[in-house]
Amino acid sequence: MEQFFQQLTNGLAVGGIYALIALGYTMVYGVLKLINFAHADLFTLGAYLGLTLLTSMALTNHLGPLWGTLLLALMVMGLIALVGALLDRVAYRPLRASPRLSAVVSALGASIFLQNTIMLVYGARFQVYPQNILPKAAIELGGLSIPVVRLMVLATSVIMMAALYLFIQKTKIGTAIRAAAIDQGAARLMGIDVNRVILMVFLVGPSLGGLAGLMVGLYYGQINFTMGWNYGLKAFTAAILGGIGNIPGAMVGGLLLGIIEAMGAAYLSMAWKDAIAFCVLIMILIVRPTGLLGERVAEKV
Amino acid sequence: MALLEVAGLHVKYGNIEVLHGVDLRVNEGEIVTILGANGAGKSTTLLTLSGLVKPSGGSIAFGGRPIDKLPAHVIVKLGIAQVPEGRRIFNTLTVQENMNLGAFVSKDYEQVKKTQDWIYALLPVLSERRQQLGGTLSGGEQQMLAIGRALMSRPKILLLDEPSLGLAPLLVKTIFQTLREINTTGVTIVLVEQNARAALKLAHRAYVMELGNIVLEGPSPELMANSEVQAAYLGTGSQ
Ligand SMILES: Nc1ncnc2c1ncn2[C@@H]1O[C@H](COP(=O)(O)OP(=O)(O)OP(=O)(O)O)[C@@H](O)[C@H]1O
Ligand SMILES: [Mg+2]
Repeated sequence: MEQFFQQLTNGLAVGGIYALIALGYTMVYGVLKLINFAHADLFTLGAYLGLTLLTSMALTNHLGPLWGTLLLALMVMGLIALVGALLDRVAYRPLRASPRLSAVVSALGASIFLQNTIMLVYGARFQVYPQNILPKAAIELGGLSIPVVRLMVLATSVIMMAALYLFIQKTKIGTAIRAAAIDQGAARLMGIDVNRVILMVFLVGPSLGGLAGLMVGLYYGQINFTMGWNYGLKAFTAAILGGIGNIPGAMVGGLLLGIIEAMGAAYLSMAWKDAIAFCVLIMILIVRPTGLLGERVAEKV
Repeated sequence: MALLEVAGLHVKYGNIEVLHGVDLRVNEGEIVTILGANGAGKSTTLLTLSGLVKPSGGSIAFGGRPIDKLPAHVIVKLGIAQVPEGRRIFNTLTVQENMNLGAFVSKDYEQVKKTQDWIYALLPVLSERRQQLGGTLSGGEQQMLAIGRALMSRPKILLLDEPSLGLAPLLVKTIFQTLREINTTGVTIVLVEQNARAALKLAHRAYVMELGNIVLEGPSPELMANSEVQAAYLGTGSQ
């Protein structure tokens, strides 16, 4: 039982990271019907920018671990949001009227460009986050000893997901984002400036992805310019699992994938944990081709 | 000066021109209907008025101001709202959210609240279903919602593309009555219809479109008496 709960909390922490990244895929897909392949590299960039800011500004020395990390997170989110908006402006917006395939190619190109840039600037070797930032302690919870860092990662992703959910559900611009995802033409007839909606999506999605990169750096301690590949694939899987384009779906999909992976690794086979996760994905898609939460309402003509 | 003045409007989809110089004039307070067979270019005309499709030639002036180069969201702000063909309700949003989106361009919340009360009084079925998802409404209810949603922006002019499509005759009657009521509050209406008889009964003036051209225009009673119109659209021709 002990192992089960350890794996559960571990899976939720990793899953929360997947979910944060998955949100970026799903939001862009929702509005543009485009897989933003460069999203995984924005995640990587978040990890690297976090490291640079952490070591160069010594925020945690000046402000203490909590406020220092918080400020660091905000800075990374802000910077990656800007990069995301720039990415849209340069790589996608000029192709808005072109066939979708052009944008897909542009996305692949942007991904390669970002990944190579990161490698050129930071080098190809693993880089190590300072290890004295976050508390090493563990908390006793009902006979279970859980690392504080794990809880912090989990709490952060839950808070971010809740905030995003409220933003999307309760604000005017959030409703506009949902409307544009359903029918862009109809959204424009409502007076919604769809370009503004797209800009918003490219600010919010990448900022969450960048934050996830920082969290991975802080949680696991080392980063590499190819890290976006594995995390990106998992997060993309999570988005499909939940129903791509569906925001709560990406959250559920990410958490679920994290748990499946952790359980698979613990009870079945460490080496096969990715394969197990993908098997579950395939099985779910056979039963529900639109993903867990995709398209619940049938279209009425 | 007419409220809406369209002159020599040309529209292309790719290389194919589908409007070949359309002229329309809509005066303030009028109900104008555009009739025409499938593929005549009626929807294209309305979409171009709303800025969703850009013309390749000609001009559109609204209240004397050229609007043909403006993006769609600005045109809505100026006071042109559309109930599009096929209703295009946001299926996975609630009725209330659909209504809120209709008021997206309005900043005055007091005013929005008043407008909404008026619309819910006008279309009580919507009021009862506020929390229901748009996609779960019946076809007629969805049409009501599309109209209510478009009215939320307090438009000066309301464009409707075949609001009677697929609805039972009784419902069509209700919708047309509602349109008349809306018109009496000062909203100008442009109505695209296949149901020519009902449309001519409601409208003050009418245009007939064929293959991307306006081929006939005049006061509704005149067109109703026109033998060509009778033969082609009212099914009461001498043949
Ligand atoms: N998006 C598009 N791309 C290419 N051609 C189009 C497009 N939309 C319409 N057309 C063509 O333009 C012409 C006019 O179409 P439009 O939809 O304006 O006609 P309509 O009068 O509204 O017809 P209906 O009564 O069937 O709704 C048709 O020949 C149609 O095939
Ligand atoms: Mg049409």
